[in-house]
Amino acid sequence: MNGSTTSRRRRKATAAVIAVAAMVTAVCFVASSATAAHRDAITLTVDVFGDFGYKDLYAQYQQSHPGITIKEDTEQYAPHHTALAQHLATGAGADDIEAIEVGYIAQFAAQPQNFVDLRQYGASDLKSRYPAWKYDQAVSSNGSVIGLGTDVGSLGICYRTDLFKKAGLPTDPATLGKMWPTWSKFLAVGQQFQSKIGANGPKFIDSGSNLYNAIIAQANPAYYNAQGKVIAASNPKIKGAWDTTMQAISMGLDKGLSAFSNDWNTGFKKGTFATVTCPAWMMGYIQGQAPATKGKWNIAPVPGGGGSWGGSFLTVTKQSQHPAEAADLVKFLTSPASELYVFQHTGNLPSEIPVLTSKAVQSFTNPFFSGAPVGKIFAGSALALKPQVLGPHQGDYQTAASNAIQRVEQKKQSANASWQQFLTDVQNVGG
Amino acid sequence: MKVERTAVLTVPRTRRRLLRRLDSRVSPYLFVTPFFVIFGIFGLFPLVYTGWISLTDRNLLNPVSHFIGLQNYTQLIHDSYFWNAVENTFGIWFLSTVPQLALALVIAHVLNTKLHARTFFRMAVLLPQVTSLVAVALIFTQMFGHDYGFVNWVLGLVGIHHVYWEAGRLSSWVALSVMVMWRWTGYNALIYLAAMQAIPEELYEAAAVDGARRWRQFVHVTVPMLRPTIIFTVIISTIGGLQLFTEPYLFQPNVSGGTGGSGRQYQTIVMYLYEKFLGSSQFKFGYASAIAWCLVLLIGVFALVNYLIVGRIRSAEA
Repeated sequence: MNGSTTSRRRRKATAAVIAVAAMVTAVCFVASSATAAHRDAITLTVDVFGDFGYKDLYAQYQQSHPGITIKEDTEQYAPHHTALAQHLATGAGADDIEAIEVGYIAQFAAQPQNFVDLRQYGASDLKSRYPAWKYDQAVSSNGSVIGLGTDVGSLGICYRTDLFKKAGLPTDPATLGKMWPTWSKFLAVGQQFQSKIGANGPKFIDSGSNLYNAIIAQANPAYYNAQGKVIAASNPKIKGAWDTTMQAISMGLDKGLSAFSNDWNTGFKKGTFATVTCPAWMMGYIQGQAPATKGKWNIAPVPGGGGSWGGSFLTVTKQSQHPAEAADLVKFLTSPASELYVFQHTGNLPSEIPVLTSKAVQSFTNPFFSGAPVGKIFAGSALALKPQVLGPHQGDYQTAASNAIQRVEQKKQSANASWQQFLTDVQNVGG
Repeated sequence: MKVERTAVLTVPRTRRRLLRRLDSRVSPYLFVTPFFVIFGIFGLFPLVYTGWISLTDRNLLNPVSHFIGLQNYTQLIHDSYFWNAVENTFGIWFLSTVPQLALALVIAHVLNTKLHARTFFRMAVLLPQVTSLVAVALIFTQMFGHDYGFVNWVLGLVGIHHVYWEAGRLSSWVALSVMVMWRWTGYNALIYLAAMQAIPEELYEAAAVDGARRWRQFVHVTVPMLRPTIIFTVIISTIGGLQLFTEPYLFQPNVSGGTGGSGRQYQTIVMYLYEKFLGSSQFKFGYASAIAWCLVLLIGVFALVNYLIVGRIRSAEA
């Protein structure tokens, strides 16, 4: 999930999903109705950012748990996490359940005193469902589990088949995936594209920082080493991602848009760029921004193998008056059935191995993206992922890098001067 | 009996006198107390507390904080991003205030003449004031977009190349100044209009007799008579301008950082404060408090400058 995602549900549930959901509901209902009858009516509040796709699941849960009402608050990505930090520091204002994105999870896992240790409610038994790295990201240094994973970002390349055709390039994902096993091959394809389309036509990539972030998402280690020390300045992988990005800019492949800007949004509609590095949640974003481009998009495997960009956790705060009920709801929302439901309806990729490898995900195609086997592509990328060590200032370094790339795109600084300023910025933020 | 009676009478009389004295002495203070209590809680206390925090290394991520003296301030003085923010703030303030007040004067002058539907126009100039600040910022940000912005489209019609408003230093200042002007020109125009209506008609008649036409009347009668009002609006827009935040904050395409553009080309002082405070995940409360106090200082200095200007005008009149 990403905060700016305004994914909308566009597809109706297949008959099979409805059947599964109905069955789950029925089972839950029988199992819990006996105890639920004695409970007083309570309200559980869930604070998320963007669209987690939980609306139908809430309804299901409320039906099977009489007396529980669920209220969802939603905000944008950055303000959501800022507000959460404030609410925890001041000891008031946090919801029962708070969603936390992976970019912030390290910062919050460092304050386990503010979160309910989900091991009390059986989180340890769920460990095997998750890739070890996903589960461990929400484990704090004292061993307490502050959250359970919802989705993972994963990575693919979303591209415009009509523009690729115009440039005389192949349009099927498998061939393209073979053409760009690495990022430098990806740029070579870009050069081919640009020389056919011309310098004034649509550009090969949308934004330098999107390219950079995708490469960083695959790096291990990235900004922090295993000991939690900041290594941004000395890590060759960071410099490598930077250099690749600079190369794309100097080759004239970059439209130079700022992600989530108005021009970027309009660019999806008007086709001013041919590719976007695509975390799973980006599918929903593109469909929301440019519904009329349905069928013009496709998704190919990402160069460089596995990678993840985004993904979230659900936590229960110590401020909750009903920690047991809240923890139960978290377990329901992160259950395999729920994750599958969200994937099929909203596009957020499940984080649990049994779901990722299930037939339902592996065979899932998306008509908006020319029927691309999105389940297979994204699940494959997620399963191949090498986990990255995260730290509390992850987000700051990303902002500093985006700004640095934009300074070059906007021709305000040379690549070298901008890199130097980036290093200074990183140093000023501190560890 | 008599003694008793007087005793009974004198006690209330002295008490009454005491009460009356108390009433005249204390009541005024009681009447103003609510203001000072509220000001103390919501004004003075945060002010002093911010001052205290600015002397510590308090950080949200850090449960323990230490007294570090003026270290935040010495760091701030050597912080080039802070001085960049100061420069931006004054630049945008100048670009927005000078044309704004000039335009407001002209509009007020026009509204002061015998127009048809005068009340309608007087209300209309105030309309930008009642629109939501966020809506204004978002719509203007769209209009100043690079590829599909309205402004660039119009410029394109007359053959001018697209301007990357957000990316450039001066261009972003201009775009932000337009937002500020759009919102505040009408407000200032109404203040000027009110002051204009207090100018005696005889002055204009005398000027007309002397052969002064509209424009000369405006320059030689209206503007001099409005001087105190002009000073007032300058001070008000100074205080507002130095605290500029929402417009530049929302002008940035990806608002999460609050850096005010890739090169911090339009990061104002309050935006920098916000960046250190909440904008990124730094939560440097101590440092942000130091910025807040420097802002107070800057506004104080500016108010003093304005006060001196007011003094000079008075002596000129005498």
